[in-house]
Amino acid sequence: MSSIINNINKAFDHRIRLGIMSILMVNEYADFKMLKELLGATDGNLASHTKALEKEEYIKVEKSFIGRKPNTRYNATKKGREAFKKHVEAIEKLLKQ
Amino acid sequence: MSKEEYLKDITEIKDMMNKSSRFFSLSGLSGILAGIYAIIGAAIAYYLVSTSGRDYLLLNGKIFRFILIDLVVVALLSIISAVILSTRKASRNNETLWNSASRRLLVAFLTPLVTGGIYIIIKITSHHYGLTGSLMLIFYGLALINASKYTIGNVRYLGYAEIVLGLICAIFPGYGFWFWVAGFGVMHIIYGSLIYLNHDR
Repeated sequence: MSSIINNINKAFDHRIRLGIMSILMVNEYADFKMLKELLGATDGNLASHTKALEKEEYIKVEKSFIGRKPNTRYNATKKGREAFKKHVEAIEKLLKQ
Repeated sequence: MSKEEYLKDITEIKDMMNKSSRFFSLSGLSGILAGIYAIIGAAIAYYLVSTSGRDYLLLNGKIFRFILIDLVVVALLSIISAVILSTRKASRNNETLWNSASRRLLVAFLTPLVTGGIYIIIKITSHHYGLTGSLMLIFYGLALINASKYTIGNVRYLGYAEIVLGLICAIFPGYGFWFWVAGFGVMHIIYGSLIYLNHDR
């Protein structure tokens, strides 16, 4: 039981962060606008959550320009994917109990 | 956190994974319409050929040109209906028609389809048109299967059905017309209705 609790990851303990990781698990990358539309979050809110995940090194940020427009896109790191998988497995085990 | 909250989390994860990678607003009604257009188009072609006095087609003849126009009109009407009705369904689902999922859907769909289209045109210009119906069905089926991972799941079964029809059609090349009517007319109406009943309402 305690090992399951240990695998529940605090970093994913929020709807927006959970959503960001879910999207990045099945997409090679997603840009800021796509995340915003899918999650229905405001700019500031989304930015603070991506920063939190970035700090954990669960996602990587790439900044570039498309023409003159700045474009920010995110992808999940290997560390992030593994952490998220463990988190989902832990939730599933908890639900089975 | 309680069990209900974890359950909500799992639902949210699945929902986000699906929404971000699949385009769900493909209209079933537009599938039904495409089937009806195909049957009307085929009836017109049948009438043109049967009143021409011959039971075969001349590639440089007037009737062949009319049939080509007929085919292009059917294709255009089907595409226009699909775009209009899917836009409507998307706005109802709070989705946009042009998003990363629909872009991937389109690329996956068009790759086998355009390959097949070019191949068929090359064959026709070298006077090998006996298997045109079969080739259209097979490549269209492959396009549907390839696209199905980015949209509603049962589109894949329509793809398998088209491929099977196309292969049987290759055994009976003289009946290409009737297999074409079955594949592009009847099958579209059946699968369009299934999508309409399961997802549109």
